[in-house]
Amino acid sequence: MQLVKDSSSSAEITRYNLGPVYNIPQGEGRTYRVENTAIAVFRTRDGNLFATQAACPHKGGPLSDGIVGGCQVICPLHSYKFDLATGTSVGNTCDSLKTYPVTLSEAGDILLSLDQ
Amino acid sequence: MTQKQRLVVIGNGMAGARLIEEVLARQGADLYDIVVFGAEPYGNYNRILLSSVLAGTHDPKDIFINPLNWYKEHGVTLHAGCPVTGIDPVEKMVYAANGISERYDKLVLATGSHALVPPIKNLYTENGKFKPGVFVFRTLDDCDEMINYSTNASKAAVIGGGLLGLEAARGMLNRGLEAHVIHLSSHIMNVQLDASSSKMLRNKIEAMGMHIHPDKHTVAVLGEDRVTGLLFADGSTMDCDVCIISAGIRPNVSLAKEAGLAVERGILVNDELACSAPDIYALGECIQHRRRLYGLVAPIWDQARHLAEKFTNESYNALYEGSLLSTKLKVMGVELAVMGEKEQGSEEDEVVVYSEPSRGVYKKLIVRGNQLAGAILLGDAPTAPRLVQLFDRRQALPENRAELLFPIREDAETINIADLPDTTQICNCNGVSKGQLVAAVKAGKRSLKMLCDATRAGTGCGSCKPQVQAILEMATDGQVVDDPSIHYYVPGVPMTKPQLIRAIKELNLRSVSSVFKALAGGKEDPGSKVGLASLLKTIWGKDYEDERDARFINDRVHANIQHDGTFSVIPRIYGGVTSADELRRIADVAKKYNVPMVKLTGGQRIDLLGIPKDKLPDVWRDLGMPSGHAYTKAFRTCKTCVGTEFCRYGVGDSTTLGIQIEKRFQGIESPHKMKLATTGCPRNCAEATTKDLGAVAIEGGRWEVYIGGAAGSHVRKGDLLCVVDTHEEVLLYMGRFMQYYRENAKYLERTYGFVERIGIEELRRILVEDAEGICARLDAEIQAAVDAYVDPWEEAITPATPTQFASVLDTAEKVTAQ
Repeated sequence: MQLVKDSSSSAEITRYNLGPVYNIPQGEGRTYRVENTAIAVFRTRDGNLFATQAACPHKGGPLSDGIVGGCQVICPLHSYKFDLATGTSVGNTCDSLKTYPVTLSEAGDILLSLDQ
Repeated sequence: MTQKQRLVVIGNGMAGARLIEEVLARQGADLYDIVVFGAEPYGNYNRILLSSVLAGTHDPKDIFINPLNWYKEHGVTLHAGCPVTGIDPVEKMVYAANGISERYDKLVLATGSHALVPPIKNLYTENGKFKPGVFVFRTLDDCDEMINYSTNASKAAVIGGGLLGLEAARGMLNRGLEAHVIHLSSHIMNVQLDASSSKMLRNKIEAMGMHIHPDKHTVAVLGEDRVTGLLFADGSTMDCDVCIISAGIRPNVSLAKEAGLAVERGILVNDELACSAPDIYALGECIQHRRRLYGLVAPIWDQARHLAEKFTNESYNALYEGSLLSTKLKVMGVELAVMGEKEQGSEEDEVVVYSEPSRGVYKKLIVRGNQLAGAILLGDAPTAPRLVQLFDRRQALPENRAELLFPIREDAETINIADLPDTTQICNCNGVSKGQLVAAVKAGKRSLKMLCDATRAGTGCGSCKPQVQAILEMATDGQVVDDPSIHYYVPGVPMTKPQLIRAIKELNLRSVSSVFKALAGGKEDPGSKVGLASLLKTIWGKDYEDERDARFINDRVHANIQHDGTFSVIPRIYGGVTSADELRRIADVAKKYNVPMVKLTGGQRIDLLGIPKDKLPDVWRDLGMPSGHAYTKAFRTCKTCVGTEFCRYGVGDSTTLGIQIEKRFQGIESPHKMKLATTGCPRNCAEATTKDLGAVAIEGGRWEVYIGGAAGSHVRKGDLLCVVDTHEEVLLYMGRFMQYYRENAKYLERTYGFVERIGIEELRRILVEDAEGICARLDAEIQAAVDAYVDPWEEAITPATPTQFASVLDTAEKVTAQ
């Protein structure tokens, strides 16, 4: 098995196919286990995909269970809000989320890149 | 999107800057490119606090409301230190110093006022400037110069014993100068105070070392190169080395006049605050509206709100009809609140006076037609807020006037906020201290919503919000920005609940996403989805187009999320009455799934805690019981006591009634949760009087129906809606109230707030007397909702989506290269 490497970056990037996008209902998120990392992937109603760390930096809430709107998510535990594209918190001083590049393949699968 | 209009504001003082804030708060930046001209080279500062800067109690940097970078952050173009030299209303252009010019679509004049300088001889030097030592007190620069000059001076005379004059004198006194106030009439602050209160104030401030000289008319300044004294009309003189002129203000009208706008004492505006030329508006101290001039901030805030609303909301057509004048001041540390008239107008007016000279407390009310026509409150802060409210809203007064003059306990509590140390915890849910709140306000969070969002105070149970509001008012010196979104049903759609319902029905919007598309410019706001879903479901019932992503996670998986991301499962146990078989089944499930905690709840249920999401369907199937809905905004439980079935005191069958209630209303969704109870006698063991709805059996086979009770973060005894004879009638009235609450409450408004807001008398009129003829419809609607009930736990068998209950998806595969 050969890995796709991003030659423009010095860090090694590995890509994963997370399966069909329809596993995530429109406007929701789901948590995926990728190697040993839990990652929340969101599918917005306007058709964009975002991927962030799965746990809220505040108290570890499962972000994929949050409410998604535009490109923001609200954590289900204490309503901290984050920008999905940048990972930064919105309207509060919580730490930022780690984000991951994610795209949709032509076959309709979710493709995620992970730093190695 | 259509092209933005250009909104140009002349004047960056309190009126101009406030207008911009109000426009921005209404998403005005989407509609306008905003340009503001300020003559002073600064951002916007709180002119009211200039006296505190002069007195040395505030640093100049602490009085800035919006520093220069605030304008940048909000995309507002500020020409600071750039006086406007002309307006061309035909070409719609504004010309300023340094060759700057701006085209406008809408122009607002907020040019303010200047100090009135009475005719006094020898005031000016040859080049037309004030003689060294002579000052007016209007701007930060004036303040600065006075402070510098006063370091080498010893005796200051202030011409004018109005509020500003006294504040200037206090400033000089604080800086170690001897301070004298020269006043033309016989008593100081004669605009606001009657003779008695003026005298009392004078005694108080003279005791602090100030010298007051009433009935003195200044005719000349003495001194050649600089001021050395004053000459009065009676021929007497006084030595001084600082002279501050504070004899009143005059509107700045010259720009308007030169542009050909109608001007009298101020710039003339109509009830739309529009000037005599098209697309030019004005507000603040520069205007003359219905023959009145305004010099206080509160009316200016009214005007700013009015204009901002007009600029951002096409359907807004309210008129500005003038402001009632009320103001709270501190004169040299003495609390003073004045409103309306200060003297008896006619024989019919009732005058109530309380005077306590030794403490310097004076209170006077002018009552006309049982309403407050005016009041003076000197040396007494706690009673002021209530009186201001009664005055502003023209409310009827209590018969016993003494109630108005002395503080009621709750008022006294809110006032004490100012005295609390910074470390005091205000929000007990999120641990937010007074100091953190004050710091956030100073950092610009000047509306309640912004402050709560930023600090998280008030976002838990919400019971600290009144205190947060009080701190906000204190820390902003009353300059709270009204956040219009608090009037919206949800923050992301700029409409009140009635407006929104109308639009949803007119446009036939049946899903949350269609509401965002049609009414919010396509902008999806996550914080608004759940509230919209609740509303749409109430409006459309079974025709609601349910989008699962608009549900909170609890409602997607029909269980209550816990702090570790697991869920709690509470099966329905009607009326809290169970059986040995049911208990055995629950025990078996608890064992089979290693449930970490089995807990009896306050609502007489059994809670299985710590269930992972992907185990929920199995747990439900094994329980074989319907959902207890302990996770959603809906009918929750009906707690019961054993009533006549076993209790020797029971006078009504509360268990049977409770089970009937629960079977009927299970799962009925509402703006917030509804917790119920029935109790078999007035001993009230099931606590029915502190429930959202409760029924209490009384002797004679009758039932009292209570609504609006609470015993959580807020404690309230419910109000008695009616007394009825049968279980069927209890069900009827409870259902009728529930439907009315579903239709009319704000989202997340508990029944205690709703009942208090509508009033029990009104609710009885509507729901018992059927005064509006809607009872039959309400009964039919709740019946339809009852008939539509489906146990959500049936989704264990038919999930709504394939991954509805997935905890973690383990589908990742490394991608191989081509």
